Amino acid sequence: MIKILFFAALRERLDCEQYLLSCADTKLDVAAVVSQLQSLGSNWQQELGRSDLLCALNQQLVPLTTQVRSGDELAFFPPVTGG
Amino acid sequence: MSVSVTVQQANFSVADEYAALSQNPQCGAVVTFSGLVRELADTQLLAMTLEHYPGMTERALHDIGQQALSRWQLGAVRIIHRVGRLTPNEQIVFVGIASAHRDAAFAAAQFIMDYLKNQAPLWKKEHTAAGDYWVEAKTTDQAAIKRWL
Repeated sequence: MIKILFFAALRERLDCEQYLLSCADTKLDVAAVVSQLQSLGSNWQQELGRSDLLCALNQQLVPLTTQVRSGDELAFFPPVTGG
Repeated sequence: MSVSVTVQQANFSVADEYAALSQNPQCGAVVTFSGLVRELADTQLLAMTLEHYPGMTERALHDIGQQALSRWQLGAVRIIHRVGRLTPNEQIVFVGIASAHRDAAFAAAQFIMDYLKNQAPLWKKEHTAAGDYWVEAKTTDQAAIKRWL
């Protein structure tokens, strides 16, 4: 199981804070997870297809090519605006 | 040499933070930066909500502080970021640096703010008379980081 979190504008537009994805496939990267999520609907397709989408794996920013394993915490969010 | 990070809803006291940073007898310089909620140019800002990613935000700020420690000779690094609902003129963020000399302290404070604005998972939502809006990331903030590469 992979725990997937969504933050800020992305969380609101998807109307989803957290999604649990079961993963039998041991060779899964972030891009493959994005593809699976995009099959959930047209708004998922659009929101997760944004070029400025950021991704964190176990609370570290990572590129979409990073491998994901069962038990990982994955998060997607828009560009940050703190400070 | 230490990095201290706090993410909190409560306000902070710059005087208390300055007093703590001034304790090291080897540090002849203390630089502090405070960021405040400011009014908008085109519409009335009623309040702003700061959202964060609990755990990752603290970790990201700590990593940024550690990067500053590895670049400059610093005595202490203190970072505070507030979350939750804030009204105009309230304090949002504090960065305080103690070092032997001023150049390192000024540079480290600027470096930390530039990286914080680009890498720390925090998001602002503005509540205005015309509605609620998520703040868009600024290209000027993205460009600011290039000076440190």
